Amino acid sequence: MDKIRDLFRESFDLDSASAVDDLAYRGIPAWDSVGHMRLVAALETTFDIMLDTDDVLDLGSFAKAVTILRKYGVEVS
Amino acid sequence: MIDDPILALPPYGHDQARKEAWLADGLRRLTLHHATACPAYGAWVRAMFPPPERTERMAELPWLPVGVFKSHLLMSVPDSTIVRTLTSSGTSGQAVSRIPLDAATASRQSRALSAIMQTLLGPRRLPMLIVDHDGAIAGGGPLSARGAGILGMMPFGRHHTFLLDQSMAVRRDALAAFLASHGGAPFLIFGMTAMVWTHLRSAGADLSNAILIHGGGWKTLAEQGVDNASFKAELRRRTGLTRVVNFYGMAEQVGSIFLEGEDGFLHPAAAADVIIRDPDSLRECPIGTPGLIQVVSLLPLSYPGHSILTEDWGVVTAMDAGAWKGKSFTVLGRVKQAELRGCSDVAGGGT
Repeated sequence: MDKIRDLFRESFDLDSASAVDDLAYRGIPAWDSVGHMRLVAALETTFDIMLDTDDVLDLGSFAKAVTILRKYGVEVS
Repeated sequence: MIDDPILALPPYGHDQARKEAWLADGLRRLTLHHATACPAYGAWVRAMFPPPERTERMAELPWLPVGVFKSHLLMSVPDSTIVRTLTSSGTSGQAVSRIPLDAATASRQSRALSAIMQTLLGPRRLPMLIVDHDGAIAGGGPLSARGAGILGMMPFGRHHTFLLDQSMAVRRDALAAFLASHGGAPFLIFGMTAMVWTHLRSAGADLSNAILIHGGGWKTLAEQGVDNASFKAELRRRTGLTRVVNFYGMAEQVGSIFLEGEDGFLHPAAAADVIIRDPDSLRECPIGTPGLIQVVSLLPLSYPGHSILTEDWGVVTAMDAGAWKGKSFTVLGRVKQAELRGCSDVAGGGT
């Protein structure tokens, strides 16, 4: 889970202490369409997965990201 | 209205009679919503059209001339809920359209576009080459229609690579690296028609595994005598591209694009349609008779853009023919200002 949090912080240029568990798409300026594609690329590279189009569009919050990553077999403790 | 069941339907394969029934119903509800929420629009509807609640046929429901979005910022939600304002790509000196989007409308647009694109691309995202430079999607300020088109398409791709640099020169090294990694399997190319013609044709690349999706109008190419057939033939000859799909769409109705089918004609998806109108009488033209293109879409909630009379000239070529059913149509070009007299008279009457 901490790894996912770090990826969110890196993708949206947040400092390392920022709380990200309640983040949602368009909830902060950095999570816009461009930031979204940056986040998707970071998740795919780090966990070596390939998200389908529908999952890219569904990935609207931190919580949803965790659910989707589990679906792709990523172990989230 | 946000979870409209129509938006969950497959985009194509619905016969026109059934489709018009849900479109008339949905457009009527949207008209009433916008007439209440956007007073200027409400005044236009009351002055120019019979009461929407008593109007049965889709073609008789109210529409707005596209030029209104240049002169007025029309909004049906509180200003604070707007997440993005789109602008059209007007040439210098011309006013640009401004289209305010709230989160619900933006989400409906991306879902609708996704359903349309997945009929072409399937559920998997392909490596994506974008015939533009990355400045087109830069943040801050309003987003151009071009930038919105790119951002809208990016979720269907991965390993996004921009073909051009800021000075609009081909990034040859980036292109070579992209093709070395992804050129051997299916990949996606997206861009504006005129930019594809200018930059991709002469890039000296093997694009035989690509599917090219392009839109944005033929004005520049028509001036050079290039039509859809010669566009395809030349790209095939120079790059090996065989899958080339044109679309028609506009900033005023993002998400409800009209895709070129196997027949070479454009097709409205389930939540959209076109109506061709005579430029003088503004009555609906029969199949085969050219006129002004009106576009309707069930997507816009934050601005009254669900029914727009464009300045494009087009013709419905067939109805319920082929697997995609519904109407098929083609765009014949932009109407010259002089030919728009009928419409401007009407527009003038409402203000």
